[in-house]
Parts: sequence; structure tokens; C-alpha cells
Amino acid sequence: MKNKTNQSNGKVLFSQYNRGDAIKKLSGLSREDVLYELKVSKLKGRGGAGFPTSTKWMLTAAAVSQEKYLICNADEGEPGTFKDRVLLLEHSELVFDGMVVGAYTIGAKKGFVYLRGEYEYMLSSLEDFLETMRNDNLLGESICGIKGFDFDIEIRLGSGAYVCGEETALIESLEGHRGEARNRPPFPVSKGYKGKPTTVNNVETFASVVHIVMKGGEWFQKHGTDKSTGSKLFSVSGDCERPGVYELPWGTKISELLEIIGAKNTKAVQVGGASGICVNKSQFERTLAYEDCSTGGSIMVFNETRNMLHVLKNFMEFFVEESCGQCTPCRIGNTKLLEGVEMLESDEYTFAYINKLKELGKTMQIASKCGLGQSSPNSFLSILENFKDEIFNGRGGKYGK
Amino acid sequence: MENKNGLRAPVSQKPHVVPKPEDTSTIGGTVSIEINDVKYSVPLGTTILEACRENHIHIPTLCHHDDLCIAGVCRLCVVEVTGMRTLQASCAYPITAPIKIKTSTPMVRKARRHIIDLMLSEHHGECYSCVRNNNCELQALAKEYGVDCYNFGHVKESQYEIDDSSYSVVRDMDKCVLCKRCVRTCIDLQEVGVLEAINRGGETMISTFMDKQLADVICINCGQCINRCPTGALHEKDTSDDIWKAIDDHAKHVVIQTAPSPRAAIGEEFGLGAGHSMTYELNTALKRIGFDAVFDTNFTADLTIIEEGTELIIRLYKALIEKDKEVALPQFTSCSPGWVKYLEHFYPEYIPNLSSAKSPQQMFGALIKTFYADKVGVDAKDIVSVAVMPCSAKKFECNRPEMEDSGFKDVDYGLTTREMAKMIKEAGIHLPEMPKTHFDSPFGDASGAGLIFGATGGVMEAAIRTVVEFVTGNKTEDIFEKANILPLRGFEGIKYMEIPIGNNVGPVPDLIKHLVPDWNWLKGAVLKVAVAHGTANAKKIMEDIKRGGKFSECHFIEFMACPGGCIGGGGQPIPTTPEIRKKRAEAIYAEDESLEIRKSHDNPSIKKIYQEFLNEGPCSHLSHKLLHTHYKKRGRYIA
Repeated sequence: MKNKTNQSNGKVLFSQYNRGDAIKKLSGLSREDVLYELKVSKLKGRGGAGFPTSTKWMLTAAAVSQEKYLICNADEGEPGTFKDRVLLLEHSELVFDGMVVGAYTIGAKKGFVYLRGEYEYMLSSLEDFLETMRNDNLLGESICGIKGFDFDIEIRLGSGAYVCGEETALIESLEGHRGEARNRPPFPVSKGYKGKPTTVNNVETFASVVHIVMKGGEWFQKHGTDKSTGSKLFSVSGDCERPGVYELPWGTKISELLEIIGAKNTKAVQVGGASGICVNKSQFERTLAYEDCSTGGSIMVFNETRNMLHVLKNFMEFFVEESCGQCTPCRIGNTKLLEGVEMLESDEYTFAYINKLKELGKTMQIASKCGLGQSSPNSFLSILENFKDEIFNGRGGKYGK
Repeated sequence: MENKNGLRAPVSQKPHVVPKPEDTSTIGGTVSIEINDVKYSVPLGTTILEACRENHIHIPTLCHHDDLCIAGVCRLCVVEVTGMRTLQASCAYPITAPIKIKTSTPMVRKARRHIIDLMLSEHHGECYSCVRNNNCELQALAKEYGVDCYNFGHVKESQYEIDDSSYSVVRDMDKCVLCKRCVRTCIDLQEVGVLEAINRGGETMISTFMDKQLADVICINCGQCINRCPTGALHEKDTSDDIWKAIDDHAKHVVIQTAPSPRAAIGEEFGLGAGHSMTYELNTALKRIGFDAVFDTNFTADLTIIEEGTELIIRLYKALIEKDKEVALPQFTSCSPGWVKYLEHFYPEYIPNLSSAKSPQQMFGALIKTFYADKVGVDAKDIVSVAVMPCSAKKFECNRPEMEDSGFKDVDYGLTTREMAKMIKEAGIHLPEMPKTHFDSPFGDASGAGLIFGATGGVMEAAIRTVVEFVTGNKTEDIFEKANILPLRGFEGIKYMEIPIGNNVGPVPDLIKHLVPDWNWLKGAVLKVAVAHGTANAKKIMEDIKRGGKFSECHFIEFMACPGGCIGGGGQPIPTTPEIRKKRAEAIYAEDESLEIRKSHDNPSIKKIYQEFLNEGPCSHLSHKLLHTHYKKRGRYIA
């Protein structure tokens, strides 16, 4: 099944790669060699948080345990992202080979792909792909003749909870429990799936690893910026002529991206999905990079015809529904922020109360238990700040200012 | 983390336990930290909350409870840790490296205030009409943080229907703050698993299997969730109004029995610290309230020992001498109604092992409406029989259809310690200042053996005091100093003990002479007993018995549904902590030691009732009719 969206193939992720090559290369590499190349590459997690992959793998590799697990986070649930879908459907070899490299490096015998429930349609083709790998000894026992290197992959389906993209909630779900984030520490690298050291990485991270193994960390880090190396897949949607998945080097300016995708009369760009930030025209020269506008890949473009309050309401409704409901700031906080948006909509607000909500948003960012609650106020805060003229212009609310 | 019965322990809420080093003087045994710019050294693995408490730095908490695993969900205990972008929940953060902590920065204070404001915005109900008024953790926090307005509004309409279907526990979800203490109590502490969160986000709520009413699920009525609820979302079903009505009705003869555990704890409701026994002050207060007679449940606790002990002897005799394969051993105690219901749901195949003897409360009920009614010449239908119990499950027990052997409801009302305190306060009585009064005749005072029923291991200790003397003819004091059987005391989850009978046996006491000819068949035998408190521990023993392990070899096992036994019952004053339960137990053991009569069979009233009323002896026809009962197989998932 092919994707119908537009695609641009960049120089890193979509560069030449033959199925199984990275795995075959492992016989000549020690796990330290892989970790070294990763370290040199400065690869950071592609899910959005940007944790250095070499550190995560090193910690899992160093953890003392007979049992370790590797998990591929394919619960692509952030509104506006669909790049993992492209990778899984059209470049499965990058993802699965990357997982095998990961298993070799950290010493895992079992790996999981936690596949977004809505991607059930690709399950059988992915299973077929894994079967082919088993037949070719790219999975199973003594992979590629490397003695003692046994590893297999199981695909599990999620059930539609956004929070299960958070790695500890994902692990809970994988264990058969209610999807709720765990307390950290401990981090999964020391106590993850079934309490054993576990590495959880995004689909795209594994795909990047394959190229680093083949072409070296040095080569990889030449792409992108100093702090954001390599390239990134962007899922572009919204008001533009060519929505789709684009591989671009980190450091690309928002204005450059808008040019490429044919966006006209753009008023706002939501970078990083519902949990990301919303920038206005004055910020279009900012760059897409961990150090500036960080994103897991979602880019939503809004043109002049869009009502930003409506956009914001949509995001907040999403969070009210998707909060797992365990911690107070996220569970009730998001409801309060949504109520605030509704007050703005109906003109029944006071500036004093909106300011209270902004302060509440800041508390949510630092006091929530997991990334969901910590990032859910981002759009509220950034839209109210960056589009205050539109939202408040001439509207003091029924109760004055 | 799934255990054998498929019940899940919520691992997300399991604490990250870093094993604390045994010897903190070794390198790496302690960590140097700074709290609010002051240096401290704490054992590796100490949580930030523990470190602060240890050093008298107050951190507000809500979802945290000393008895429960860590959740880290309310976020009230957040603190700043230097170098971290977000605030950290101090209850869930184990210290493994030198860190700098700030517990009261503007950011921290603002976050805490926000969290309280958010909770209040969804907390429906008025403090003055709440059962937990003045003993509510949310109310206290609002005061602590100077809440003088509802910053984010306040829900004005009730969102949920109150579930008062159960005889014991009422759920008022309007007051729930989703701290999940009840969930952790039910799943982790008790391993019953009735309560769990359902839905997501703003729709999240605590619910039951298929959202059924509490009466229709496998709730064992232990009330441990009530004891740990920070607000009034969970409370017992209050029947004090019915009792006032009965007292005010002069045609009714209202009697009350008091159990030892409420007496050891009710002082806490009147501002006393834990561990003050109020037995005789309570008698005065109850008489002043208007009860016609006050009896000591310990009397029927003594009776339970005789009946249950005799039953054990009969079972042993049948199994060992008559080689009867039908006899179920080990025999299980049956005085904890929470435990009984737990067994009926989870291990119904072991119902034959339960002693058929009723609990002391129910024995008393049956005697009051027969023996006592005759004695004082009151028509049993005019008697209203009340029991003050540390227990919410006793409310369910007295409503069991099996409990009408006197021809009426044997016990009309089970009152919790909390309800009793409320009635006393309502009557304008300050309990600690009451003069002391003895219990009313004809039952009079009871033995120390009945008294110690209140603490885990107490029933077994009382039983052994009697069995040892019955069988060997020696004094218990000859074997155990001051007749204190220490291996059965304390709060270890499961206790096990072997008592060798030896080769010298005594004559069979007159009371049970008609049942066994002599004790020769017990010569050289070793009596094996065990004690478990809290259903999670009970489950361990039951699973071991199923596997044919060590506990299947036992002869007699005491089970109590509540952690700590009755002194930690679901009807006891709130809060409950291991420390408080320890003090209540100490009060009970101290009172026992102060008594002259400390063995059930030495109680003259017991001797008298077997002469005057139950004159065919223990486990006879009449005693079976009034003092014994049967049980019911219940579902594993629904009631």
C-alpha cells in the first residue's frame, strides 16, 4: 500500500539503503562501536523530546539485567503527524533493521512495535515483512551468524489513547494496564517493561540509526545544525498546495518550508502538533531545530481565513479528552483552559481571569506528571500571546478589561 | 504485574524502591543533599518527602498515605530540584545522587495553590454538611494555603448520584478528588479489587466493575477505603438517626454492646492521642445518652472461644480418631465479617473450613433477644439491639438473612466508632471527662482474652490460653510468661506458631466431657496455628493452602480482614497509620494485663450461661441454633 501524500526524499533518511545491510555489518562491529558512532552522530530522539539516543542506549546497555527490552514507539498520535506511517509502509527495512541494531547494542532479546490502533491496516504487511526477515536470518537466533545474538520482534496494537505515546504509559499499556504515565525516576532505561531495562525509541530514530551504522556518525552530523544533526521528516498539513511528508535538514527556516510546500497568505504555523507552539508571521524566520522550534514532525499551516480561537479550541478539546486523568494539573487544568477559550469565544471573559489561566498554564507545564500535561498548555499560551491582536482586538469582553 | 488470581497491582503506582543500605556508614550509603540551603545527609534511596519529614520540613501531601504505595498523582508535594526543568513530586523521588532541593519557592507555592484551586473547583458539597467536616484533608489544605476564594470557579450542581446501595460503604463521587487512595487500598493493600479509575481526562472517575452499585460487586465492606479517603467521598452508612429514634421511643428497650477496639480508639475523636482506653467512661456516656443497658462484647468473645475451640477439638477428634475424611482442616476463624465475605467470593470451596461459630457481635445479638429478654421480662420484639464496632462490615453482617436465629434480627444496628462518637457529641457529652461505670448484668465484665480479640493475633492468643489449659491441665502462665503469647503479637503480615502439647495431658474439663473421653489422643501432638491480617495476607495463606504448602498443615488459622485487626477496622477514627494502630493495640494489651480474669473459660459469667441457659454445653443443639451459622457461596466477579 502506497501513500498518496506528497513526499520529498532528502539526503539522509531516504538515501540509498539495502535491506539487511546494517544488520550484516554488525558482525564486524562491537556494541561499543555502534555506541561510538551514535555518540559522534549526535542523534537525538525523533519523537519530539530530543533525548540523545547514544545516552539512552548506553544506559540500557550498561544496566545489569539478564532481560532487556527494545520498544519501537509507533503510536503516532500527535495531531498532524503521519511521517511514521510513511516510514513503516514504504521503508519498513529502515525501521526494523534499526531495531535489530538497537537490540544488538543494548542486549535485548525481545522487541516490540507499539503500533497505533488506527494503523491496524498495515499490520499484516508488517508481519509479512518480519517473516521475511526471519527467513533471511535477519531476525531469530544467531542473527547473521553472530553467535548468541538472538532477537525477535512482536507487533502490538494500541487502542487509541494519545497518552500511550508517552513512553512509560506505552509500557503500562504494553503490560496490559490502563495507559497512565509512571513516576520518573526510575526511567525505562533502568526499569521499563516488566521492570526490566528498556529502550523506547521513535520509528524515525531507528530509521536514522541504520544510516549512521552504514555511513558513520561523522557523515550524519554534517547534516543539520550543530545541536540538531541529521535530517527530519516533517508531516505538513493545512493551508498549502503540497501537503505531505518532507525530509529536510534540521535548521530549515519556517519560511523556507512554507515556500517548498506552496503555502500562501500564511497567518500561523503550528509547530509540533497540538502540544507544540503556534508562531505568527513575525517568527517565520525561526528555524526548525531542537534549539529553536522543536518538533516531532508535525507542521500545520493556517492561512488568513482561519480563526485562531477556533484552532485553539480544537486543540484544547483534544487535551481535555486525551489527558489520562491521573494527575490534577493536567486533568482539571486542561478543562479550565478550554473553559477559558469558550469564554473568549462568547465574549464572557475578563482579562484578569485570562491572566489567571495563563499562570495556570505555566503551572501545568512544570507540575504535571508527564509530558502530556507539561506540553498541553503550549498552544494555549502561544496562541494567546502570538495572536492577541486577533483574539482581543476590540473585544474587552462583556465585563470590561 | 499480574498475580496468580489475575488481579493486577497497578505498577504505575508502585514506588521506585531503591534498597536502602543496611549500613549507612559505608561509602555510598548516604547522600549529601541540600534542602533550602541547609546541608543534610540521608540514606541512599530516601525519598525527598521522607528526607524533609525527617528534618521537620513540612511538605503538603494528599495522594500520599503511609499505608499505601506511591502514586504521585495529586502533585501537591512538588518541590524544585536544581537543574530540573520541571517540579518534582517529592513523594515519588528517591534520592540517589547529591541534589539541591527548594521546598517553598514562589513557583512551588503557586503550583500548590493552583492544584488546591483546581481540586476545589470540581469538589461539590458544602463543608458544614459533610461527614468529614473538620477532619478533611482538602479542607485543611485550603486553610493551610489561605484559600479565600474559588480562583477557578466551583461546581454548583451535583454531578453524580450517591451510591448508598451497600449496608456499609456510601460513595459520594461529587467529593472525590481522584487521589486514588481507595483504589490503591482496594487493589494493593487489600487485594480485593473493587475500585478502579475509569474513563479519561475530565471524565475520569472511580468506579466499580461494570459501573455497578457497591452492593452488587465483590466489595467485602472492610471500609479500609473510608479510612484512607482524604475527603467525604467515602463514608459509612450512618444509622445513628434510627438509634436516636429508638432511644426516644419509650416502648423500646434499647441495649448496646461495645467491642474492645472502639473503646481503645474513640478517645481520638475527642482530641486524645491514640492509645487511650475509654471502656468505662463510654459506659457512663452510653447510659446518659439513654441506652437501657450496656454490655461488653468481650463476653461473647469469651463465648466464641469456648464454642470455636470446642468446634476445633471436635474437628481434630473426628479427623484423627474417627478418620473422618470429610472434616475440613485447618479451621478458619469467622469473627471478621469482611474476611468471611472475602472467602465467600474468592475461595468459596473453603467455606467448610470456616468455623460455624458466629462472631461475638452476632452471638450477643442472639442471646440478648432470647436469654436476656426472658431474664428481664421484656418482649424480644421490643428490644432494639445495637453494637458499637470498629467495623463497617458489621453493618452488613447484622443484615445477613442468616442472622435471625432469635426469631428477630439478632442485632438491629452495627454502629462504627465514628458514628458513636458523633452521637456522644450530639448529646453534649465530652467523653474523656465521664466517670467510670461497669457493664450491666446479667453478663457483667469479661476476660482479657475477649479484649485482645481487637488486635491481630488476639483471637488466636485467647484460644491458646484456653486450649492449653483444657488439654494439659497446666496453667498458661507455666508456658508463656504472664500468659502473654508474644509470637502471636505484632504487625507482621503473617505469623506462624507451633505449640507442642507434650506427653502430659490433663483430665477433660466438665464443660466438654460429653464430647471427648480423654486427651490421650493428643499426646505428643504439635498444635500448628497461623495468623493473618489484611486480606492481602489472607490471600497469601489461602494460596499456600491451595498449593498444599506449610499452612495447609495448620490446625487453626486466624484471619482478620483489616490491617492490624479490628483496631485498624474500617469504622475506626480517621486517620489511620501504622503508628496509630500500634498505640491502639498497646492500649488493648495493657488493659488485658491489668485484668484479673484473662482466660475465657475462667470468666464466671461464661460458666454461668452454660449452667443456666446453654446447659447442654458448647456446640450443643441450642448453641448451634443460636450461636452458630452457615455461609453462602458468592460470585468471583459480582455479588
